[in-house]
Amino acid sequence: MENKKFDLPPSSEKKNTYERIAESPDFKHLVNTKNKFIVPFSIFFLLFYFSLPLLTSYSTILNKPAIGPISWVWVFALAQFVMTWTLSMIYVRKANQFDQMSDTILSDFRVEKKGDQSL
Amino acid sequence: MSAVGLAFFVGIVGLTLIVTYFAAKRTNTASEFYTAGGGLTGWQNGLAIAGDYLSAASFLGIAGAIALNGFDGFFFSLGYLVAYLVVLYLVAEPLRNLGKYTLADMINARFDQKKIRATAALSTITIVIFYMIAQLVGAGALIQLLLGIDYWVAVLIVGVMMTVYVLFGGMTATSWVQIIKAVLLMIGTVIISFLVLAKFHFNIFEMFSEMKTATPHGENFLNPGVKYTNPVDTMSMTMALVLGTAGLPHILMRFFTVKDAKTARSSVVVATWIVGIFYILTIFLGFGAAAFVGSNEIIAANAAGNMAAPLLAQALGGDMLMSFVSAVAFATILAVVAGLVLSGASAFAHDIYGEIIKKGKMTERQQMLAARYASISVAVLSISLALFAQKMNVAFLVSLAFCVAASANLPVILYTIYWKRFNTTGAITAMLTGLISALVLVAVSPNVLGPEGAAIFVGTPLFPLTNPAIVSIPAGFLGGYIGTVLSAKADALRFAEVSVKANTGFKG
Repeated sequence: MENKKFDLPPSSEKKNTYERIAESPDFKHLVNTKNKFIVPFSIFFLLFYFSLPLLTSYSTILNKPAIGPISWVWVFALAQFVMTWTLSMIYVRKANQFDQMSDTILSDFRVEKKGDQSL
Repeated sequence: MSAVGLAFFVGIVGLTLIVTYFAAKRTNTASEFYTAGGGLTGWQNGLAIAGDYLSAASFLGIAGAIALNGFDGFFFSLGYLVAYLVVLYLVAEPLRNLGKYTLADMINARFDQKKIRATAALSTITIVIFYMIAQLVGAGALIQLLLGIDYWVAVLIVGVMMTVYVLFGGMTATSWVQIIKAVLLMIGTVIISFLVLAKFHFNIFEMFSEMKTATPHGENFLNPGVKYTNPVDTMSMTMALVLGTAGLPHILMRFFTVKDAKTARSSVVVATWIVGIFYILTIFLGFGAAAFVGSNEIIAANAAGNMAAPLLAQALGGDMLMSFVSAVAFATILAVVAGLVLSGASAFAHDIYGEIIKKGKMTERQQMLAARYASISVAVLSISLALFAQKMNVAFLVSLAFCVAASANLPVILYTIYWKRFNTTGAITAMLTGLISALVLVAVSPNVLGPEGAAIFVGTPLFPLTNPAIVSIPAGFLGGYIGTVLSAKADALRFAEVSVKANTGFKG
């Protein structure tokens, strides 16, 4: 197994602890849920961000007037601010849910560990 | 310089020294020196992040860039802001959960290899030096203009101040200098923006209409393409801006000053609001300077436009406001260079001396001594380099620092946290390919090789782009990938530990 080749083995007590949490279904569920949120949102904000310089570099479509004397490029630029603030608030709401999930995992694990010791 | 102006400068110096005096009493251990004991609140750290981040390049540079180049100057504001989503979504919390004082600590949470720590310290020091020279050169030029003193005296004043904060007050003093600066900078920017808006009768449409005729660029002032005409170069620059922040050592270090990931998260959100409001206001600073100072006068004071904001303050509020804004700019520079000294010193004293040479076996007293000697060394080194770099283009140095941060640090950070297969070989190849490709491509770019007067050396550029990010960032990711798959090693067990720590904050 490739597992045996890591550089400095952590103490076996620690290794067991981390590994057992990492292999628990609840932890896997947490990581999956997190990734399902973080990956698409990160791709979205990077695409949204890069679409502005892409559009201004390769077209003049954003130079057209949007509202009175203000052209679309400024509207799009301000949309980047709104996007950043909105996504940072969405992140906090989501992250608070993740906190609860991880608290549950850790408290379950501590209960379980105590149980082990009492045996 | 007027008596009022002098009073503002002395006030800022005095206030920051008082803060340093009280911080010094609470700086007795290495943890207190590097991280203020991890005791900052989300609000405090959020303000300090904003204070650490909004450098002279932001305040003076972007105001000037918008005043001279219109929309093209605003690209900086956008990139510097959206960068915080990269920090918040991908980096801040795992970094807080895995690291102790430095970026190298976080990568070594997984690998525990001296050569990785050494490579990470090398890239940290490279970025710190470039960024620091940029800040000191900018500071020297600014204070020279404002106070009418020689460049070298100005650099020495800033250099001595930053050394005093860090040496005696460590992270506590540095954080409070950054908080004070962030508050002052926001007050100054809001006042100027309000006065600019008042001139346009609080009518945004009137402002945009008038800007169409207010500058030599005419209607083009409000359209992109005044300065950035090469599409690939524009993409490359915007890429460095948005991905660089998450690799800047002095910003990453701020996440170790809070107690947990939740506080790290709330501090990024606070910083994102402050920084965002500031960057929106750069529109008013830039437009105002273009309309009420005029590009000829801005260029006459400083070819890069760095004097646009102080000149605008004078045009709108007279000597009083100009003195205040100049003092704010001075505080801005002090806060950023102090953060840089601290992150450079942590790479030397904690990573290289403490963990590699002394193998982590040092008493608290020895760690503090090493940290203080390293702070002095970093300060002396950067002051000496800055004295010789007076003619260097500040914006170029800053964009180079962002490019190296994005190319050398971001790939290894993301792989360490998220990629199970990643290994020691990959970590080193990721950092070195990113670092070396960024440095080499810049060395043969049009900034360095070009016609007489337009570049540092006379010659023909071998690489066409002024910012190499579009090549060097993918190179960093690719280097890490190839290094990993070509090497038989794997650290899957350690990944379980890293993944559990990063996601839950659980510590053995």
